[in-house]
Amino acid sequence: MSQVTVTDGRLLFLHAKDNVCTAITPIRGGTELQISGHTVLLKQDIPLGFKIASCDIAADESIVKYGVSIGSATRDIVRGDLVHLHNMKSDYLPTYTLDKEDSHAR
Amino acid sequence: MPGDQELRGYLRHDGRKGIRNYVAVCYLVECAHHVSRAIVNSFPERGVHLIGFGGCYPNAYASRMLRSLCTHPNVGAVLLVSLGCESFDRADLEEAIRQSGRPVDTLVIQQAGGTRKTIEKGRAWIASTLAAMKPSPDTPMTVNELVVGTVCGGSDSTSGITANPAIGRAFDMLTAQNATTIFEETGELIGCEHIMAQRAVTPSLADELIAVVAKAANYYATLEHGSFALGNAEGGLTTQEEKSMGAYSKSGSSKICGILKPGDVPPTGGLYLLDIVPDGPVRFGFPNINDNAEIAELIACGAHVILFSTGRGSVVGSAISPVIKICANPQTFRRMADDMDINAGRLLEGSATLDQLGGEIYDALMATAGGKQTASEALGHQEFVLTYKYFEPVGPSCLPLA
Repeated sequence: MSQVTVTDGRLLFLHAKDNVCTAITPIRGGTELQISGHTVLLKQDIPLGFKIASCDIAADESIVKYGVSIGSATRDIVRGDLVHLHNMKSDYLPTYTLDKEDSHAR
Repeated sequence: MPGDQELRGYLRHDGRKGIRNYVAVCYLVECAHHVSRAIVNSFPERGVHLIGFGGCYPNAYASRMLRSLCTHPNVGAVLLVSLGCESFDRADLEEAIRQSGRPVDTLVIQQAGGTRKTIEKGRAWIASTLAAMKPSPDTPMTVNELVVGTVCGGSDSTSGITANPAIGRAFDMLTAQNATTIFEETGELIGCEHIMAQRAVTPSLADELIAVVAKAANYYATLEHGSFALGNAEGGLTTQEEKSMGAYSKSGSSKICGILKPGDVPPTGGLYLLDIVPDGPVRFGFPNINDNAEIAELIACGAHVILFSTGRGSVVGSAISPVIKICANPQTFRRMADDMDINAGRLLEGSATLDQLGGEIYDALMATAGGKQTASEALGHQEFVLTYKYFEPVGPSCLPLA
């Protein structure tokens, strides 16, 4: 999906509906980036393959990647923030029960 | 652009068309493997492929797989090689192949006089059969007659953001033209079954999609094979949903119109999920022992071509159907360029978009369907694996369009 607005070439949107993009190269904290036409100053280093918010996301809102929800925000997230374990969580609830202790869906 | 490619195929009696005209040499027990390989090795680069089943004891799944593969549209003739005392029903398989209109013969090593004589007879049969086979396809074929499977193997953290979504783009182009597309590995879909279910063409198919993933989760849990690990988070993946979406993105965004089991031929065009996890209690071990076991199952469903996504760098091809390798990682591509068909890692270097890569994969697929050799074909790769498994037939709600 091509973005209508300007996004830095180091960031990849997998789907037009996404509210996070993926760093396709490591990017240093302090770097100024264009994300969907907005200029953002990165607060921290972003390793390859990690997600950055492309807009403000309120707590409990869905994190959308590949055009689908991959979980929800556990706190308010600001455009340009790293999105990972510290500010989002899985919404996945297995529909099956296991005989053993649940060891597969951590 | 899609739709304007002129393809030609080899028309088979069941109406399906092949993009290759291979001879399959099929051993019916491991004891006949060496003889079969010796026959195949006498015809390098002549399109003679080796398949077979190593087990001595009967297995309905393996019988069905070999029947599907021996009557695959890319196969023009079959030589069966039996030791003689194994329990495989060779007469039944030979009859099914004969009914399909293909030249077929069975050599029984114990009756033919042993290794050397069987190899000689096999070579003579193949030579005369090859001489009588069509050298080039002569029946017009359209995109909607193609069946395309996809698989990933040797994945790394780049697979889910480059090669897999690029394959999804190509799948969308194919599905939009009513070609048949098949994705698989329900164990890698744990966490996105509800997302996937939203793409089902009927509510009851949506329930079945959720159920097959639950079956896979239980099966793998019994084998103590987990899915989301802490190492995934170190690569930037945060949730089970996100990890599974990386593999699932190969399927594109089209509606899902059915669930297949190995050997089921899709009844219509459109996107299908292949359920590769056995039914019933865990038996015979791991569902698929390697990537080629999955590739063989996709081919048994009629796949003419396999789109294979790899990050770390798989080199395999397959017997029967060509494999197109889409490399997710640009460093891997540079290291192993001879083995790869598409460098999807260019996305990470800013020199290609997902849409462009999807178009490249589509074009490579059309070229392959038109007869061009893929990298693994040109290198002579013909991997094949078939093991013991147990499946029950799919239920009626799995194929709502049939």
